[in-house]
Amino acid sequence: MSEVWTTDFLTAVLAAAIPAGTAILFACLGELLAERAGVLNLGVEGMMLMGALGGFAFCYWTDSAWIGAIGALAAGAAMATIHAVLTVSLRANQVVSGLALTLFGTGLSSYLGRNLVGKPAPDRFSDLAIPVLHEIPGLGRILFDQDALVYISFVLVPLLWLWVYRTRQGLELRAVGERPEAADAMGLSVTGLRYAYVIVGGALAGLGGAAISLGTNPGWTEGMTAGRGWIAVALVIFAGWNPARAALGAYLFGGVEAAQFRLQSIGIGVSPFFLNMLPYLFTILVLVLATGEAARRRIGAPAALGRPYLREERG
Amino acid sequence: MTEASAVVRWRERMPLRVERTLEPSLTVRILVPIVSIILALLTGAILILVSGENPIAVYRAMARGAFGDRYGVAETLVKAIPLLLTGLGVAIAFRMQLWNIGAEGQLYLGAIFATGTALFLFPDWPAVPLITAMILAGLIGGAVWGLIPGVLRAWTGANETIVSLMLNYVAILFSEYLVHGPWKNPQGFGFPGTEQFPEAAWLPRYGTYRVHLGLVFGLVAAVVLWVILRRTRWGYELAVTGENPRAARYAGMRTRRNIILVMALSGALAGLAGMSEVAGVGHQLQRNLSPGYGYTAIIVAWLGRLHPAGIVLVSFLLAALLVGGDQLQMGMGLPAAVAPMLQGTILFFLLGGEVLTRWRLARR
Amino acid sequence: MTQAEQPLAVELRGITKRFAGVVANDDVTFEARFGEVHALVGENGAGKSTLMSILAGLYRPDAGTIRVAGEVVTFRSPRDSIARGIGMVYQHFMLVEPFTVAENMLLGKEGQGTWLETAAIEREIDELGRRYGLAVDPRARIWQLSVGEQQRVEILRLLERGARILILDEPTAVLTPQESAGLIRTLRELAADGFSIIFISHKLDEVLAVADRVTVMRRGRVVASVEAAATTKHDLARLMVGRELASFVEHEGEAPREGTGPSPTTSAPVLELSGVGAMGDRGVPALTDVNLQVREGEILGIAGVAGNGQRELEQVVTGLRPVTTGTVRIAGRDVTNCSPAEISAAGVAHIPEDRLADGLIPSMDLTGNAILREYRRPPIARGPFLISQAIASFADRLLRDYDVKAPNRHVKVRTLSGGNQQKLLIGRELTGSPRLIVAVHPTRGVDVGATETIHAILRAQRARGAATLLISEDLDEILALSDRVAVLFGGRIVGDLPAAAATPDRLGLLMAGVTTQEAGAAVHD
Repeated sequence: MSEVWTTDFLTAVLAAAIPAGTAILFACLGELLAERAGVLNLGVEGMMLMGALGGFAFCYWTDSAWIGAIGALAAGAAMATIHAVLTVSLRANQVVSGLALTLFGTGLSSYLGRNLVGKPAPDRFSDLAIPVLHEIPGLGRILFDQDALVYISFVLVPLLWLWVYRTRQGLELRAVGERPEAADAMGLSVTGLRYAYVIVGGALAGLGGAAISLGTNPGWTEGMTAGRGWIAVALVIFAGWNPARAALGAYLFGGVEAAQFRLQSIGIGVSPFFLNMLPYLFTILVLVLATGEAARRRIGAPAALGRPYLREERG
Repeated sequence: MTEASAVVRWRERMPLRVERTLEPSLTVRILVPIVSIILALLTGAILILVSGENPIAVYRAMARGAFGDRYGVAETLVKAIPLLLTGLGVAIAFRMQLWNIGAEGQLYLGAIFATGTALFLFPDWPAVPLITAMILAGLIGGAVWGLIPGVLRAWTGANETIVSLMLNYVAILFSEYLVHGPWKNPQGFGFPGTEQFPEAAWLPRYGTYRVHLGLVFGLVAAVVLWVILRRTRWGYELAVTGENPRAARYAGMRTRRNIILVMALSGALAGLAGMSEVAGVGHQLQRNLSPGYGYTAIIVAWLGRLHPAGIVLVSFLLAALLVGGDQLQMGMGLPAAVAPMLQGTILFFLLGGEVLTRWRLARR
Repeated sequence: MTQAEQPLAVELRGITKRFAGVVANDDVTFEARFGEVHALVGENGAGKSTLMSILAGLYRPDAGTIRVAGEVVTFRSPRDSIARGIGMVYQHFMLVEPFTVAENMLLGKEGQGTWLETAAIEREIDELGRRYGLAVDPRARIWQLSVGEQQRVEILRLLERGARILILDEPTAVLTPQESAGLIRTLRELAADGFSIIFISHKLDEVLAVADRVTVMRRGRVVASVEAAATTKHDLARLMVGRELASFVEHEGEAPREGTGPSPTTSAPVLELSGVGAMGDRGVPALTDVNLQVREGEILGIAGVAGNGQRELEQVVTGLRPVTTGTVRIAGRDVTNCSPAEISAAGVAHIPEDRLADGLIPSMDLTGNAILREYRRPPIARGPFLISQAIASFADRLLRDYDVKAPNRHVKVRTLSGGNQQKLLIGRELTGSPRLIVAVHPTRGVDVGATETIHAILRAQRARGAATLLISEDLDEILALSDRVAVLFGGRIVGDLPAAAATPDRLGLLMAGVTTQEAGAAVHD
């Protein structure tokens, strides 16, 4: 048991937590943007799967992980466009449309990817140690010996935070999610902004998928995201729609995932089935705690989340 | 000012308030799902074509698998049973705007409880009391799993969609633990699964086919649900709460209690589906008990317009799709995932179709 | 300077706008000049707001032309209208509540860089505020501001965007008489500075006090456009409704009470509140030490500016909000913190403020809505079951007795007009002769005919002996119906007057928080 608490073990867990959390983080940031604009998208799991497949497929055809990443962005964005058309333009029920997107993405990725299952990855995002910095004891291995997608996420989190809270565009984004009528009256295009953020959100979910299929588990298997898309949806709530807190939450989940493997490898006798349950149970716990707190502090959900907007609404 | 009243006030500011005057007629309401299915099949055909297969051959193989002979029809009915039960469960929750997408996990819990009853609690009982006990166990197992998101939603406001979904993973992992661990059949040649149930625990079948008594459970449940929804005070409360929770509160309805009851009932129906799967089809608890019936249930419910009769019809249609998908895998080596892909597409067209109809009518 | 010499600010010609087959504006022609306050009056649903929403670029007209400062323009969105110097203050403010004043000012502002620059806009807000008497703290969040302050933010925002033509949609509806007076001063100053002010209202006293010219709309058409100096309140009223109206005469002398029920001063109290306190949604006290009595055969009017505890009072009495101190009694029985169902069963009818959000189920048919109060009891329910025939005959009787005009009982409630919805709701609530009626804005958004019917129903209920708690922001309605008037300010009852003593001036002072004793000297916190 004492083995668990060695510095080496903790460093190993934290170093693994970050890449494991990165897939969730991308998806979570994407969902955060869509929800900030007032659109709930429960299709994250489907978009991630399509991203994972798209990423791997493009990489497989071109031998380049970078082109794969672009393919993943495109696949996620294409999926999100379906949701945007249905919920923003046609004002369909956002919950049902999102669920349909997950089903569709699950089915389509497994159908289209049928010939790629088990194929070796010609390229992947492998760890790049950043000169000098990676030699910092402990921290260096955790933060500066990771793959390129992880570094991109390190940059993306502060950028999105600034975008949401400190820029004119962020103000517009928040206004559309809080009070679309006001945004409309001030001459902003509610439809345009919602489309943009839902699609960008989908692209990020796709990239999250690629972080798995080209990063942590190179290759393609059916349903390889294993519910991470749903965890991302729950995390948005946990994060209170704040990108910085989303990062914290994502790494926490990554940590649970990573700890599980390491505990097994050092022979701690817990059934793997129960360990596997932990992230899901933890999500529920987080949801219960975050909901209660949000209600108390009146921080939280964009006021117009889930509500379609129609200027000449007649009923 | 609350969100809801802000919307209403915003609408009220409009002069000469005219709401969407024309309700879609019955014909349109029936036509939209049918057209959605056709358009989805066409879209699916394009996707199949693009991926280098012949859509006509694919669809023909699917149709032959599902309806080609008595065996196919019987298999379709076998798959319709869990879809019908879970679809009804999901629908009653949706009626109250509770997005229970945890039917899959609730199904597993029902199966686990029923298995425990048959193998460990009363293995020596004769058929009638044993099957009755298993039915109750299945209902209770599913209800417990539905109660968790229900209670959390009612008392903490936690989103039932995500909680119920997370519980799916937990339930499936728990059943894996059982079939790999304490409940594993020692004579199972390493295959993960429990022992076979005693024959008294098997649901009677029709002739030599695999269709079993579960079909009756499903049809009875549909009738009971129809009566509850249309003819009882409680059904009226559910409808009011779903359509306008604030009016329900003003009228003194006990929303929390109803949320909990509906989620329990919703889970119980899925649990019954799980029970009928183990007692009617597999006669044991095994891995991959359900190929995602609980998720397909969402489409069954929505496509069936949350109406018991519609759900009966749609569950047969989608069961045919599943059987067809399986045939595809066996016959042509294509993934059975064509089925969920088509399901998602049908739902897209249905959602779009619904809104388009209303919108066009409103503009005239 | 006479207004006729000023150039035309806007010219609308032949404007027609239909919604789902209903004509909201029918060939409307309207002009406003720079340097004038131009009032646009008409009843609810006369088409004023639609016309102005067209001018603000929110709706596109089906026919007609718009000229701004002489030039023909087409507005595709509010942005185009803003660019032409037109700004609208909506009745429901277009402010983002969690944002600060400065952030709201920055939203949609042209010529900004990427980074939010709050310092400059904060200075500008202070400057403009000083110049036009519209002071407001630029760093405050909108939800922390009073309604009057929020309105100032709206006007400041338009001024900052360079609007020269300001449209105000019923700006005084939410203000105290004193705040209204302040607003009117600001508007006169702006007109003197050369702005064109279009002022939508149906309060004729106010219109005559502020406007240079008045345009009257009725049923989507303009029926007259006159100089304010050359008209009277009575003429305008006749133009608005197209006939003489009793209620305009009524509160100019005639006693409101004509029933023959039990004398309210001696009859038994039905509703008694003693020392009642309650929390608002934000967890701060919204009601403090409220003491009230409503007796049999009496209508107690509750006056007050919106947000002074009316909603909480309504919810405390109907069991929708917990009481933190004191007791609520109905017919002598302590019902403090009883459930809404228990209170309803004690004989309380509830006509909520927002009928579509709280009282009705818009997506259900008339029968489903009609039985909402009765569905637990025979003959509608037998055990756990509902009896279809009983439901049908109950619904038909309700529609007949309360004059609800609907094609049949299976149409959805949202397809009915506001007046018919309200009659259905009132009929349902009055089934079973309730002891106490809690009516909140019972005629809001309802046409004149239905308003008269509803007032007659409430008077008949008084004659029957029911006690009525009437909460309304419409002083005319309160004065027309009440036997006594109590005023809510800051969650306290600051005055409780017999109808005869309740003059609009006196109520106005009380509504602004000036107590009777203080006589306008000190202001209540």
